[in-house]
Order: sequence, then C-alpha cells, then structure tokens
Amino acid sequence: MNCDRVILEISNYIDGDVDAAIKQEIEKHLADCPECAIIVVQTKLTVEIFCDSQPIDLPQDVRARLHEALKRKLRKPD
Amino acid sequence: MVHKEFVYFLNRATKAPHPNLWADMGTSAHCATVISGCVNATNLVFDASKFTALSTSRPHRLASTVVREDEPVLVAAAKSGDAAAFEELVNRYERKIFRLTMNITRNREDAEDAMQDAFMKAYSHLSGFQEDSRFYTWLVRIAANEALMRLRKRRPNQFSIDEPVEGEDDLMPREIEDWGPSPEQRFAQTELHGILDQVIDQLDPDFRTVFVLRDIEELSTEETAATLGISVPAVKSRLLRARLKLRQKLDRYMHDRKPN
Repeated sequence: MNCDRVILEISNYIDGDVDAAIKQEIEKHLADCPECAIIVVQTKLTVEIFCDSQPIDLPQDVRARLHEALKRKLRKPD
Repeated sequence: MVHKEFVYFLNRATKAPHPNLWADMGTSAHCATVISGCVNATNLVFDASKFTALSTSRPHRLASTVVREDEPVLVAAAKSGDAAAFEELVNRYERKIFRLTMNITRNREDAEDAMQDAFMKAYSHLSGFQEDSRFYTWLVRIAANEALMRLRKRRPNQFSIDEPVEGEDDLMPREIEDWGPSPEQRFAQTELHGILDQVIDQLDPDFRTVFVLRDIEELSTEETAATLGISVPAVKSRLLRARLKLRQKLDRYMHDRKPN
C-alpha cells in the first residue's frame, strides 16, 4: 500500500472501520512511513480536540426567546 | 535491540509534558528531527498496538448522547399531549441543538431561528416519530435541515451539498511536521476555543456539515447520509476531506506557536 492509498483510508482507519486485511496493510505502511503515521496521529487528534473542546453554551437571551415561543406553541393546538 | 514505542497517546492521556511526538522508549527521550517539513525517520516506529480507533476510544463523549432511561416515557407522554414532557425534552437538548445549528450556519441569528423552528417542527410532527431511532437523532435531522436551509439562503454560492465534490485529487498533505506538545497542552482553553472556531469557520460548508453530524453529533454514516440526502460513500469522502482539511488548518497554528 502506498501513501496515497493510506491517506484515502485514514478516515476509515481512525474510525476502526476497515477490514482486517486493509488494517494490516495500513499498519505495515505506517510502521515504515513516519510522514503518514504523523498524519494519522494528527488527524485523529484533530477530531478529538474538536469534539472535546466544543463549547455547549446557550446564551440566556436565546434560551428565553426559545421558551417564550415554545409556550405560545404548546398553548396553541395544532 | 532497542525497544521503540509510539508513545504519544500515553503522553496525552497523562497530560505529561513531552517535547516531541516521537520518543525512543529504550533510552532517554529521543526526539525526531524535523528538517524542512520532513521528519527524520531514523528512530521512529509506529506501534499499532498503541493506536485506539475513535469508535472505541470515545464511546460516550457527551452524557446527553446516551439515552436516559426515562426518555421513551417522556416521548410517549409528549406524543399524548403532555406539554411538560416536551418541555423537558427541550431542556435536555436545547444546548446541543443550538451548538449544532451554530456549527452549520456559523451565524447566531440563523442558528437561533433554526433551533426554534426545529423544536416547533419536532412538536408538530411528534406523532410521526417512529421511535425506531433515538429521539435526539431524529431531532438532529430536523435541526440540521433547518440550519442547512438558512445556510443555503445566506450563502448560495458557497454551498453545494447537492453537487458532487468528491474526487481523489490533492489529498496528500504537503506539510508534514510534528506538532510537539498537543494543542490542548500548548494553548489555554479560551485561546483554543477561538482557534477551533476560526478553523471550522474556514471549512467548506459541504465538508463542515458532514464533520459536524458525524464527529460532533455522533450520527452514524448512514444517519448522516439520510439527513443530507447523499450517499454513504459521499459522506465518507466528505468526512475524510473535512478531517484532513481541519488537520491542515490546525497545523498552521501549531507551527506559528512552536515553543523556543
């Protein structure tokens, strides 16, 4: 497996969504290719950072307007 | 024979300061040499046994993605007209739905409108919810479509979710360099939030939307495909591109701030 093919499979690989034979080929390549290994590591880290660092803030005024609209909706039969 | 291991994940887990991505475990830390964007491979070995796939390393990132035991009861009560039960569902998911609509629209006004309309539509169509999926997943699909509708209106020229963007050109990153300490170690939390915000904002909406649904909202590939009305291979292709582009954009910040 060459670098281009590994890059195409990176997403599936970091998701654990590759069959055993492909996984083995990818890992054989990564053992010999530090550039691809760095990309794999950094790509996985990027996903983790985004997911772990995503703030879940709902501003008070936005929430207040949502609940006002909701109250109106829930009072009114469809 | 010197025993070499790929230790980055261990260092991340313990938050231990580490000067470089690679280390030789058999001797004192031996860092890879970074020369003109290429890594000196002399002492590097990728140890697959240390690599954990995302699906197994993050089984539960956010508590609210785990279905609470009382959710089916709340949904059933809301379906039968119990307003308080529906309000409880809103309370449970309002922050995540706002994050979703913000991530897709990148505009606070649109995000608020999309969130409100999503909850209103969910209430109106609750009788149509088949309960063969999680309530949250169903809600995400409604909210994503509300957000996409607003994004298309605001940026019709930048958005081509119906157009094929797949291809195998230009995927191989050109700049490959060790990051040293991870972004979480390098930047303060507030600064990191600002960087991630800028990075995701620069991403093409086609790619961003798939990334948000798959990686942040944790929809399956099939659910993402159904939500966007695209094929499973298209979701996979866009997710690959989204992840590689985000890595590349984050990479620039990492090199701007290399420690002395």
